[in-house]
Amino acid sequence: MQTDGGWNPYFAGILVGILAVVSVLVTTQLLGKGQYLGASTTFVRAAGLAEQKVAPERVAQNEYFQKEKVKIDWQMMLVFGIFLGAFGASLTDKSYKKETVPPMWSGRFGTSPWCRALGAFVGGVIAMFGARMAGGCPSGHGMSGLMQLSVSGFIALGCFLIGGIIVARLIYGGREYPWI
Amino acid sequence: MDLTLGLLTGILFGFLLQKGRVLRFEKQIGFLRLIDMTIIKFMLSAIIVGSIGLYMLVDLGMISLSIKSTVLGAQIIGGLIFGIGWAILGYCPGTAAGALGEGRVHAVWGLLGMLLGASLYAEAYSGMKDNLLKWGDLGKITLPGVLQVNHWVVISVFAALGIAFFIWCEKKKL
Repeated sequence: MQTDGGWNPYFAGILVGILAVVSVLVTTQLLGKGQYLGASTTFVRAAGLAEQKVAPERVAQNEYFQKEKVKIDWQMMLVFGIFLGAFGASLTDKSYKKETVPPMWSGRFGTSPWCRALGAFVGGVIAMFGARMAGGCPSGHGMSGLMQLSVSGFIALGCFLIGGIIVARLIYGGREYPWI
Repeated sequence: MDLTLGLLTGILFGFLLQKGRVLRFEKQIGFLRLIDMTIIKFMLSAIIVGSIGLYMLVDLGMISLSIKSTVLGAQIIGGLIFGIGWAILGYCPGTAAGALGEGRVHAVWGLLGMLLGASLYAEAYSGMKDNLLKWGDLGKITLPGVLQVNHWVVISVFAALGIAFFIWCEKKKL
């Protein structure tokens, strides 16, 4: 139930579905290759661009960077756009809020922003390593994969959820589920 | 041209993610704790509409699919590792960028961690590509292909299950 001026999640989701389809159609027409929503390859390319500043030979020789091609591309701009779009949307209904520790986190780990920073950083390292091994994240595998009825998407999303649900339960503890 | 299109698509995507309120840590972890179904309502709605639209365009010959290979070892192990990190960070890659946009500054640590994670993966890749990343390689398969049925049968069943789940969620006020 939305009480803070947000949109109905079904409605926003339907619009994302339309956006995904229109994006594939437009990129097929204009670029000759359909672009599907995704995010995690961008982090490989961005990491490669950053490493090029200090060790360009190392990046040039790395097999994975060669495979994914270190450059600014459609998807990297998409991820940057997500940041801008979310910022814009939060200004339209005054929901922009500077937050250093999320309330649910502080209920478990306390209000230290450094503790949260460490948790977020470690979680980010693990999540991206896993996403690259799986070949995608909840956008690329989950949304784009399932939309195309790809078996890889169903398996990957299923495993994202199994891992996530188990660890969330370990961290935040079991509780009475509202639906039982 | 491709950069401009990517940026425009991203701005719209980010706008909708924020309006759907799925960028919040509490929504992401709330879902993984199975006490708030907002993000799955959002995702499933997008997937159902997207699958109908994409397969219509495929049938019309206007687009082609971009299926990722199913590799059991990579997707099961990588998927579980991703899930662990997701539950600790509270964001996935796309939503971390969006969360930073709506002022959740702690998401920046997650984004930096993800850059390091990508870099570590690039180092580890050579050692895994001929073993772990080849285990159970089934190629680019889809559900209709495996089940040997028309894709509209799968889409209809998927949409019906999704809508039944939505009705259940609303009944239980999740």
